[in-house]
Amino acid sequence: MLEAINLGCIRGDRRLFRDLNFKLEAGHLLELRGRNGGGKTSLLRILCGLATPAEGEVRWNGKNIRRLREEYFASLSYVAHLNGLKDELTALENLLVAERISGHQQTRQQAGDTLSRVGLANQRHLPARFLSAGQRRRLALARLLASDSSLWILDEIVTSLDDSGVNLARDLITDHVKSGGIAIVATHQKLNLSVANSQVINLSSEEGKILFAIPADQFA
Amino acid sequence: MNSPSMVSMFRWMIWRDLLLAWRRRMDVLATLFFFIIVVSLFPLGIGPEPQLLRTIAPGVVWVAALLASMLALGRTFGNDYQDGTLEQLLLTPQPLYLTVLAKVLAQWIVSEVPLVIVAPVLGLQFGLSQNTLWIMTVSLLLGTPVLSLIGSIGAALTLGLRAANVLVALLVLPLFIPVLIFGTGAIEATVTGTDPQPYLLLLGATLVLALAFAPWATSAALRISVE
Repeated sequence: MLEAINLGCIRGDRRLFRDLNFKLEAGHLLELRGRNGGGKTSLLRILCGLATPAEGEVRWNGKNIRRLREEYFASLSYVAHLNGLKDELTALENLLVAERISGHQQTRQQAGDTLSRVGLANQRHLPARFLSAGQRRRLALARLLASDSSLWILDEIVTSLDDSGVNLARDLITDHVKSGGIAIVATHQKLNLSVANSQVINLSSEEGKILFAIPADQFA
Repeated sequence: MNSPSMVSMFRWMIWRDLLLAWRRRMDVLATLFFFIIVVSLFPLGIGPEPQLLRTIAPGVVWVAALLASMLALGRTFGNDYQDGTLEQLLLTPQPLYLTVLAKVLAQWIVSEVPLVIVAPVLGLQFGLSQNTLWIMTVSLLLGTPVLSLIGSIGAALTLGLRAANVLVALLVLPLFIPVLIFGTGAIEATVTGTDPQPYLLLLGATLVLALAFAPWATSAALRISVE
């Protein structure tokens, strides 16, 4: 269970949001919307524990994530704007290394299967620098798929994906949430995810106010 | 988190960095050749005066090693920072201390161990005796990990800054001074015929201190730089 309590964020001298509250339980999806520069990425980084909020705290199963750290990271997968790929490594090596340094046991066979699922079967031995932007994004999706994390934090996951890639991302997220996971998805285009427990937060901040937010309890 | 998987994560971190270094081996070779050339310039420039060369050898080898390891520092976290893998490393479920230690260890193997291996060969140009060459290798083996460890703090602090390379040098070179003094002291002692052991013990003590504190400071610096 992930809780945000009175979160506030200031970047430079600009306030992005304040008093942000929500609560996500197993099988919940949170969509973050908002214009460019609205603070979506900042919020995601706070939720990951990479950035410190100006006010408030994030709790995982009732405990502050800044105290949990590694314990929290073990159940978290974050796909950022940057895909976090090594150009020198092949697609397969990228996936294997990323999973193994995160403590997930992963055989070459399993990693190969995962790559096939995201449509990179023929590119598995190609160094990542030869992959197109969309293929790199698919490789980042493969990392999600291979991990057994219960919390997915995804930043503009469908960027540079083609139609089948968007469908793939949509299916992955839906499956993950339906099987009891939690997903937080920042996007400025509609994903049309068909998930029962879904919340939307619109971070269109003007003068530091959230214009539109649907609190968690309305969905409970 | 059980410990076998922590060990395996640590191993994979090192393996990853070694593999990456192998794929970009030109970078590694550049550092090594820089070291070789700098050390070789001195005998060429000063001329064949064995007594003088023997006197300056410890300082030349160690200063060249310091400068060569400065060249390699920017790569410790720089590439990972740019392609977003550093964020992923910060979010791995192993203590950041261990992640940093693995990266520093890999950096040492890749950038410093080759220097330690060629140093005795270069020492021959200075007419050093076999015993002196031996002590020089030992002092470099003890001292270069300290350079990697302390250097990683500077590299982490200056991540993403403009003119990071110059800034790292200004931050880190003064901190290298103890290593330089103990390292050259050990070699000089054998040249003058005194006991090098106290210097080596001091180098060892510096290494233990650096092992205990540097990865911790680097972790804190990384968290700040990435935020």
